[in-house]
Amino acid sequence: MSTTTTQASLGHPAIAPPPALGTVTLKINGVERQLEIAPWTTLLDALREYLDLTGTKKGCDHGQCGACTVLVDGKRINSCLTLAVMKEGADITTIEGLGTETNLHPLQQAFVDHDAFQCGYCTPGQICSAVGMLTEGKAKTTAEIREMMSGNLCRCGAYTNIVSAIEEVLNQPKA
Amino acid sequence: MSMTNHIGKPLNRVDGPAKVTGGAKYAAEFNVPNLAYGVAVSSSIAKGRIRKIHADEILAIPGVLQVFSHENVPSLAWFDRSYKDDVAPGGSPFRPLQGAEVKYSMQPVALVVAETFELARYASGLLRIDYDVEKHDTDLETKRDDGFEPGRGKTGWVPPPKPRGNPDKELRNATHRVEAEYIHLAQHHNPMEMFASTVEFLGDKKLTVYDKTQGAFNSQQYIMKVFGLNKDEAHVISKFTGGGFGSGLRPQYQLFMAVLAALELKRSVRVSLTRQQMFSMGHRPHTLQYVELGTNPDGSLAALHHHALHETSQYEDYTENVVNWSGMLYQCDNVKLTYQLAKIDVATPQDMRAPGAATGSFALECAMDEMAYAAGIDPLEFRLRNYAERDQNANKDFSSKKLRECYHEGAAKFGWDKRTAEPGSMRDGDLLVGWGVATGVWDASIQKCAAKATLTADGHLTVLSGSNDIGTGTYTIMTQIAAETLGLPMAAVTFQLGDTTMPEAPLQGGSWTAASVGNAVKQVCDKLGEQLLKLAQKMEGQPLKGASYEDVQFVNGQIRLNSDITQAVVIRDILAANGEEKLEAENTMMPNPVNQLKNSLHAHNAVFVEVKIDPELGTLRVTRVVNAVAAGRILNPKTARSQVLGSVVWGISMALMEESVMDHGFGRYINHNYSEYHIPVSADIHDIDVIFVEEEDDKVNPLGIKGIGEVGLLGVAAAVANAAYHATGKRIRNLPVSIEKLML
Repeated sequence: MSTTTTQASLGHPAIAPPPALGTVTLKINGVERQLEIAPWTTLLDALREYLDLTGTKKGCDHGQCGACTVLVDGKRINSCLTLAVMKEGADITTIEGLGTETNLHPLQQAFVDHDAFQCGYCTPGQICSAVGMLTEGKAKTTAEIREMMSGNLCRCGAYTNIVSAIEEVLNQPKA
Repeated sequence: MSMTNHIGKPLNRVDGPAKVTGGAKYAAEFNVPNLAYGVAVSSSIAKGRIRKIHADEILAIPGVLQVFSHENVPSLAWFDRSYKDDVAPGGSPFRPLQGAEVKYSMQPVALVVAETFELARYASGLLRIDYDVEKHDTDLETKRDDGFEPGRGKTGWVPPPKPRGNPDKELRNATHRVEAEYIHLAQHHNPMEMFASTVEFLGDKKLTVYDKTQGAFNSQQYIMKVFGLNKDEAHVISKFTGGGFGSGLRPQYQLFMAVLAALELKRSVRVSLTRQQMFSMGHRPHTLQYVELGTNPDGSLAALHHHALHETSQYEDYTENVVNWSGMLYQCDNVKLTYQLAKIDVATPQDMRAPGAATGSFALECAMDEMAYAAGIDPLEFRLRNYAERDQNANKDFSSKKLRECYHEGAAKFGWDKRTAEPGSMRDGDLLVGWGVATGVWDASIQKCAAKATLTADGHLTVLSGSNDIGTGTYTIMTQIAAETLGLPMAAVTFQLGDTTMPEAPLQGGSWTAASVGNAVKQVCDKLGEQLLKLAQKMEGQPLKGASYEDVQFVNGQIRLNSDITQAVVIRDILAANGEEKLEAENTMMPNPVNQLKNSLHAHNAVFVEVKIDPELGTLRVTRVVNAVAAGRILNPKTARSQVLGSVVWGISMALMEESVMDHGFGRYINHNYSEYHIPVSADIHDIDVIFVEEEDDKVNPLGIKGIGEVGLLGVAAAVANAAYHATGKRIRNLPVSIEKLML
């Protein structure tokens, strides 16, 4: 004996038209970028799909994994949980803005030296999050680093080395 | 040629700078021109038939290009074999969008393609689908009596060996006897990168496919067979893969969808799955295991019986080696190993890191702990007393086995001798302390693999093999092997992988990549070295005249005589002196069949775990782990250590967190996201020590490599559960070991 059901029936019959595109100006890694996007575009998708800044990763799209972490006015946020249009006028730093392959940021260098990643997919988010955490200045001990880096998942399980890499930078004498 | 400049050194990953700067590009990150976006729609029911897909309603939205479903997908390959990939199990593979039948919850039933990702996502959520619903059955617990023994079908699966001795009688006569059932629910791989394929449409049927996979060639073969493409038309690239753990061994449905849409729309298309949809494909199967052990008066194992029953789908018979390991890990003359499947309405399970062995070692190693306690013997001493010197399943000698050294070195590092046996007898302030041990065994496999090496006049060596690097360190260790073989600095060597225009390499799985690709790289570099020596011997005034390849060594950028290392030719000069632009060699490495057949080829580990439990709250922390691994030659202790660290995190995760919880009312995993499907975060992971007990082994393969990606996971979950018992006196045989089970 079978019954019937309908998927997505809440959308029926009125389907709202999609929103119109608009111009959004974002300041990313010190450069102003203009793009034509719908207002429902997340900052994450704006970076990856419209600006070809694919260093910022999508791991869940729900603010649960931290792979999309970027710095907005120096503060770490999940770029999947913010709309691009909300960040006009803000200073956005992505992994591409921290260093280059020939001129690595100290945290990027520490991640390489400590083998603080395997597949590399969560890595940009881990590094941006670590930069943000060091700026916050609250983490002083290993336990505090572990706690305050717990918003960034790593399925390869590189946590031991991630914490060592961050500790090295935390303990570096300030120039 | 024995001098080692690169192999065995803890070098940084050569692809590290690309990964830490965002320069490494994964499948969904190739922003080719004029790209359309596809979003998959998942069924809301677990079983039934689609009556109608109301595509017209969303096609009316401006910017929505097409809705693909069984109602409009053109007729494709007809035979099952066209849909079978390299590791397909027996049965009839699932064909996306090619029939009205719904076989499991969240089955992909449509693909919505639009001009932007946002539009495709919006429209996909509005797509109305009418179903005839049938009653589903998703509960393995009700199938204990409905198991069946699978036929053959999947690469690498070995049916359990026939019983040996008289296990039933010896169990009856045993001095001490234990029996118990061990259970874990389904677990999902959940690599950080979600499955995605970007298909660049290059006209006619010519495609460049950027796929998330553990094997570009497997994806290529699949789309060639299903869509009738030739090799040139089906060019697959996979340079970086954001985690696999087995989930990328079979082509996933986004690949089918993206290729279909690109060919039909004659346009480049990307399809990325959502985290929720990562639960709509293969998984480690929900497994029920029964173990019965008995001992003789001297503490030796009198008999062993291990039975496993796990789920499979209605359409394929997924198999993994769950119980076989129990017949080879300990010396025991009376053994019965049995293995069954039961069909329920889920997607076909799929190999997940150390498939079968992670499952089997959990049950066996918990049972061994219970047996040790029943017989009044220390759990480590009990394992040493029953040490297997030979593989009794295969009746062969091990090519090498240093598990005993793993036990001793691991125990010494951990401080096992300070353990008091009584459960609840060790404390740290108010916290209960528990120490547990467990062990594991895994195949040291090797597969046929091809490679190509090119030396250019500037002295740079490029080596190609179409393998993969899912985070394992393939780029790095292959560069080390090539640099070592031809005596070049690391910077003068580039290793490339992940492209079907390269020489063919096997899927990245089974812990066989280091051995397969490594020996292929070694062979092709040796071949190039022989050519290079011949060219060098044509140079005027050179000192290598008459020397054979065995008479020379490639060191520090030179070819020099073993008998007098001051007699040398600089490698950089050779091509120029001969007026050559480049020198090439190509080769296919074949495993030595005699060594493969004569010996039992395996890696082993011993893992020691400390847990601290708050008796009032039931919170459990894994405070210390020592994992001692004997896996042949370690090519790079830095990347190898990372693999084992990751394995330990996986074991802790399996022990304490992971379970895909099925709501049998809906036939759906209800915790299908990262928020509710728990994996460890940084704060969950404390001290982990990795010990490598190196084995010299020229029988396993010429380079003596056994592979390190899976063995480190074995026994970890059992050691955690055993430690929890030692702390509390509670045996938790149903993973995960969670607060409520500890508190009951």
